Amino acid sequence: MELRSRIPSGPIEKKWEKHCFEMKLVNPANKRKYTVIVVGSGLAGASAAASMSELGYNVKCFCFQDSPRRAHSIAAQGGINAAKNYQNDGDSVYRLFYDTVKGGDFRSREANVYRLAEVSVNIIDQCVAQGVPFAREYGGLLANRSFGGAQVSRTFYARGQTGQQLLLGAYQALEKEVSRGGVTMFPRTEMLDVVVVNGRARGIVTRDMVSGAIETHLGDAVVLGTGGYANVFFLSTNAKGSNCTAIWRAYRRGAAFANPCFTQIHPTCIPQSGEHQSKLTLMSESLRNDGRVWVPKRREDCDKPPSSIPEQDRDYYLERKYPSFGNLSPRDIASRAAKEVCDEGRGVGPGGRGVYLDFSDAIKRLGAARIAERYGNLFEMYQRITNENPYEVPMRIYPAPHYTMGGLWVDYNLMSTIPGLHVIGEANFSDHGANRLGASALMQGLSDGYFIVPLTIGDYFGSNRLEPVMADHPDVRATEAAVRERTERLLAVNGDRTVTSFHRELGRIMWEYCGMARSAEGLTHALELIPRLRDEFWRRVRVPGTGQELNQSLEHAGRVADFFELAELMCIDALHRDESCGGHFRVEHQTPDGEALRHDDRFAYVAAWQYGGEGEPPVLHKEPLLFENVAPSQRSYK
Amino acid sequence: MNLTLHVWRQAGPEAAGKLERYEARDISPDMSFLEMLDVVNEGLVESGQAPIAFDHDCREGICGSCGMMIDGVAHGPMPGAATCQLHMRSFADGATIYVEPWRARAFPVIKDLVVNRGALDRIIATGGFITAPTGSAQDANNIPVAKQNADDAMDAAACIGCGACVAACPNGSASLFTAAKISHLGLLPQGQPERYRRAARMVAQMDAEGFGHCTLFGECQEACPKGISIDTIARMNRDYIAATLDARDEKVAGGTG
Repeated sequence: MELRSRIPSGPIEKKWEKHCFEMKLVNPANKRKYTVIVVGSGLAGASAAASMSELGYNVKCFCFQDSPRRAHSIAAQGGINAAKNYQNDGDSVYRLFYDTVKGGDFRSREANVYRLAEVSVNIIDQCVAQGVPFAREYGGLLANRSFGGAQVSRTFYARGQTGQQLLLGAYQALEKEVSRGGVTMFPRTEMLDVVVVNGRARGIVTRDMVSGAIETHLGDAVVLGTGGYANVFFLSTNAKGSNCTAIWRAYRRGAAFANPCFTQIHPTCIPQSGEHQSKLTLMSESLRNDGRVWVPKRREDCDKPPSSIPEQDRDYYLERKYPSFGNLSPRDIASRAAKEVCDEGRGVGPGGRGVYLDFSDAIKRLGAARIAERYGNLFEMYQRITNENPYEVPMRIYPAPHYTMGGLWVDYNLMSTIPGLHVIGEANFSDHGANRLGASALMQGLSDGYFIVPLTIGDYFGSNRLEPVMADHPDVRATEAAVRERTERLLAVNGDRTVTSFHRELGRIMWEYCGMARSAEGLTHALELIPRLRDEFWRRVRVPGTGQELNQSLEHAGRVADFFELAELMCIDALHRDESCGGHFRVEHQTPDGEALRHDDRFAYVAAWQYGGEGEPPVLHKEPLLFENVAPSQRSYK
Repeated sequence: MNLTLHVWRQAGPEAAGKLERYEARDISPDMSFLEMLDVVNEGLVESGQAPIAFDHDCREGICGSCGMMIDGVAHGPMPGAATCQLHMRSFADGATIYVEPWRARAFPVIKDLVVNRGALDRIIATGGFITAPTGSAQDANNIPVAKQNADDAMDAAACIGCGACVAACPNGSASLFTAAKISHLGLLPQGQPERYRRAARMVAQMDAEGFGHCTLFGECQEACPKGISIDTIARMNRDYIAATLDARDEKVAGGTG
């Protein structure tokens, strides 16, 4: 396997423009002869499907939800970055690029990040034109705020529901194309494999989640926008249905998986309340703009009501350790700092796994009404879940798995190592390096979907002659047969343990050994535990019902089976990356004050893993990362 | 806490359904309603029975997947919350709870508590959008929007498409859902060119899908987890009437020649 990044030559500001000119075009009359299969209908998938249909391609779009509008992008709260510099505070494309490369702890590809910053401004224009109701000032112009890890106000938002509004914009554009006939939508349909013929991605095998029918859909290219894999931890902020199956099946068919151990633990989530917990809820990090994070200085104060702890006995640890960024320091840093104080025994709430996020100063300064205007819906959400009123009692927060920077390896054209298989949004290994900055996920999803893949896919069609593929091709039949066989195998085990019990146990292993702090010893131990549990899964799992009906246990079982395999690869990757960077914190590698210590001499590369076959170890390929514009440095947020 | 549930079980769209009784034991008041159902389902699977099928995904009140009639109330007793945001502390220990799927002609039952809400997507597809193909946009700040209008548009745009309004309506009308989208887009300058065409087409599709008419009971507004106001329905009716008064033949987009 050869990793060809296809980064255009020339100065970074000109690369994308030059590439756009050099890419092959497909004649408008010929576009309708091409069928593109888009899997996933989140920000990336919906925007890609709509935009490619507008260009004239024939698009088939698949989602496992009952409607494309429900993809998990809908839950993003805080905002979307764009280098508009509407606030005259010195922002620029270059600064957004710089911040993102630095924020990612120098483990992302410069050219991709620059392009992301470049098209960020078009995204806002596009969304406003579609009617996305962004927050506005009295003069009618767009409002901005600053967001975790940024010193300029470049974040656009729609109350605490930015993801919802952006997704509805993309969904509406998608439905517009459905009614025009350019897109055929397949809701409640789950992709279970990718069809590779003569080395090219030519279709997918799906399961109709209502009838159970296993079907093959063929086309000329496949685009995966199937999101991230944080649910490998069982408890995460992801929706319950979010899963890794599409990208994992593609990996098994030959797509390299890049940096699987790069996961993001978000600092501001509502702590777990008990064993029954089915998922964790994020509180937008915009709260850190006005809330102050603290824990008691002394352990013995942890059980006291917070109001009884006087100012001098509180440790505002983020402000103390990072005076210039304070409560706004990047996510990986804020999460780790919270874990540290809790590990010292100074955590608050059930199990000592929480820190305070206190709004009393902001309420004093601005008044409760102003705070309600900014965060009312978030406060309400918090109160509903915890039964505590954050206007009176400080919130309790704790980090939780939230986003995965790793994903399928893609070149500059967003194409994986399987020709014709494109990967967009969170599903690819993307532009965030080892840590994603706040309000950058929505930006990347829409950048890939609206502005990148609709163009690069034309280059793929223009540069390759694709032979027609028939449904009776032996490779097509074999793929379909493999999916049937696997589904039947899951049903046939008929053991004595539920799927959820396995998923929960796997999640605990991953959180413990491949979570916020990792060590060679812990990862080695996890690599013994995971295969053992996976074997047990295939011996003892009980999936009731049949394959010919709506069967939610069967859906879950297939996803968990893939999580087991991915979990192992994550640990292998985390063990091999013998350095700390961004969200990947190896306890063996830290600076004297506990910050992540990179080893650029050995690890300034993308680790792209190739599937080695059943029972065989994966094969590591390295894409070296060259920094020609932003010199790697120790990140400092002090 | 311990509860008695009566849950609607229906094997498939054509099968006859009925209420089945289940005991939910050792439930924590901090659990969400769906987590309580998870516990019941784990017990059912362990004892070799089919778990209760229900739609759910984000479990934080924004995706709109979940929704059930709880004691005859869409999304249950907590106002302004989807089923996933309802916690068991809202119920008394020992309570008996009736759980049923959304009931509406346009939402056929697929299985147990899962219904088909595809009609809502089809209403959006007929006109619930602004035609602004990718790449055609001008600079965002060239379109000032009065803050009041932006705020009102956002209030309407907060709809999560769960279908509670339909389930709560004695007529099974989707007026609140449809009106929310017509209001969101109609309040913005970008939405003006298609404003009346949008209203006419979306209302026609709503009828074609078999939803009932609005007779202003106001049940929808009470059931809406996002607090969308029936003022939007007044706006929809106004735009719809204006559209019918000004009905003209449509020419093909882009024109001929």
